[in-house]
Amino acid sequence: MGLTTRSMAEVYAARFQRGMAARWRELGELAIQAVLFFAAMVSVFTTMGIVAVLAVEAIPFFQRVSLIEFLTDPQWTPLFAQKHFGIMPLVVGTFLTSAVALALAMPVGLLSAVYLSEYAPSRVRAILKPALEVLAGIPTVVYGYFALLFVTPLLKRIIPGLETFNALSAGLTMGVMIIPLISSLSEDALYAVPTSLREAAYALGATRLEVAVRVVIPAALSGIVASFILAASRAIGETMIVAIAAGQRPILTLDPRRAIETMTAYIVQVSLGDVPHGTLEFRTIFAVGLVLFLLTLALNLLAIRIIERYREVYR
Amino acid sequence: MERRRRREIVGRVFEWIALGATLFGLVVLALLLFDVARRGLGVLSWSFLTRYPSRFPEQAGIRSALLGTLWVMGLTALFAVPLGVAAAIYLEEYAPRNRLTRLIELNINNLAGVPSIIYGLLGLELFVRSLRLERSILAGALTLSLLILPILITASREALRAVPMSLREAAFALGATRWQVIRHQVLPVAFPGILTGMILALSRAIGESAPLITIGALTFIAFDPRGPLDPFTVLPIQIFNWVSRPQAGFHTRAAGAILVLLTVLLSMNSLAIYLRNRLQRRYRW
Repeated sequence: MGLTTRSMAEVYAARFQRGMAARWRELGELAIQAVLFFAAMVSVFTTMGIVAVLAVEAIPFFQRVSLIEFLTDPQWTPLFAQKHFGIMPLVVGTFLTSAVALALAMPVGLLSAVYLSEYAPSRVRAILKPALEVLAGIPTVVYGYFALLFVTPLLKRIIPGLETFNALSAGLTMGVMIIPLISSLSEDALYAVPTSLREAAYALGATRLEVAVRVVIPAALSGIVASFILAASRAIGETMIVAIAAGQRPILTLDPRRAIETMTAYIVQVSLGDVPHGTLEFRTIFAVGLVLFLLTLALNLLAIRIIERYREVYR
Repeated sequence: MERRRRREIVGRVFEWIALGATLFGLVVLALLLFDVARRGLGVLSWSFLTRYPSRFPEQAGIRSALLGTLWVMGLTALFAVPLGVAAAIYLEEYAPRNRLTRLIELNINNLAGVPSIIYGLLGLELFVRSLRLERSILAGALTLSLLILPILITASREALRAVPMSLREAAFALGATRWQVIRHQVLPVAFPGILTGMILALSRAIGESAPLITIGALTFIAFDPRGPLDPFTVLPIQIFNWVSRPQAGFHTRAAGAILVLLTVLLSMNSLAIYLRNRLQRRYRW
């Protein structure tokens, strides 16, 4: 090799260069890792940003309006001359539409999950499952259109006294939107139940229904509960359907035939209006947003916890 | 024997009920599509696509909404995709199993469940106010980028995880650095999956209206947006605006705009499926 003809200086120079190249490469590797790490941290910054924004705007609000008034006053009229800042009507409105949605989506979603996991032949399952997912991909503003212009006129023929804007249509349509969320998460849970459990039950003479109801569903219960909780969180945060079809009237009622206002619809209402930024009236949307954020955060964390615990059981 | 028969009949009835529940959602979907088509097909025309909104329903079109949607989606993809893929690469290929990684993962899981309107409040204070971007396309795209980031990260992580470990080990054995392994071995194989996730995340963003209403996107725009700092509207907001009006003429316009929106969504999803099937065939192991 040419090594013998090269002087020692040349050899050292080459070695030094190789060393430098390796060091540069190492630095480059570190830089890349730092950039990637920063990208992953964006999610942490986002959460911090949300908390900071809500706090910065909500704190001056709560300096003017006491927390007790906010939580107990039965009227919400921050945009009127006679101002009341009781969030109860908005919270009750939100729970009303969500309860209607869940009353539809929980049984239908769970039944679909049981059918897909326990009954459907694999070819039927391969068609039905993605078809159901389409429901989750439809923009919510389209559901809002459907609730106001199809569901409400239809229900008006059956239910006397149904107002044009009402919690019932909005809730039912929202329920349809949420079905795939429940069915696909519940089905994952049902599917994960070991076949040996089913076989044991069949061997004891159980019918398919008995296996599903007494063995598989109890075994998958935590996953099913988690899917219900996530569905509730989604229903509470859903905006466009209720903004279009449920109304903008914050009254304290549990009658689903009447127009109400949800927390999300109120934020939309103020955003569309001409309330100046920085006023007490405008800050209400951050106070409402804070309540909305804390509610959904609690539900999401609960669901994540349940899902993780249940995963460990079957590993 | 009699009891056994009864149990089996109950089981059969239950099976039909469960099938009915499964089909219920699909029937509603069919009704929805039928209603939109019945009302909206009539307004679809070239002038509907190229005219600005108007006070008169028969003259109103979706030109500015369509252009706004294109602008916002383009910028959202530009911001969110590199960020999401980078975060996914870090979490799959670099992250040590420690408390910080756990915190990041919990954050992503939780952010996926934060209502979209909360992102609107964040965008309003951070991008519109603090960064003084006003009610611009840029502010909207940044807000939507944060919104779809969790979806993008999750989808990209799944694509990266599906790449066999042996491929990485072979490259490491040849002396490649970590980034060389990722850049030349892992990313090309994971690319179809990442691409599919990207299109699905964007199709979520394209239908969003609540966060954009919150940051102050306008509902009436009678000019073409020319740059990222211009005010804008998007298709879902235009639809919301038309649905909210009392006149039936605007309702048919809303149905027409929904047909356009659903067509865009359908083509995006078909493209995702097509690309995945086409690109996946190149790698076999």
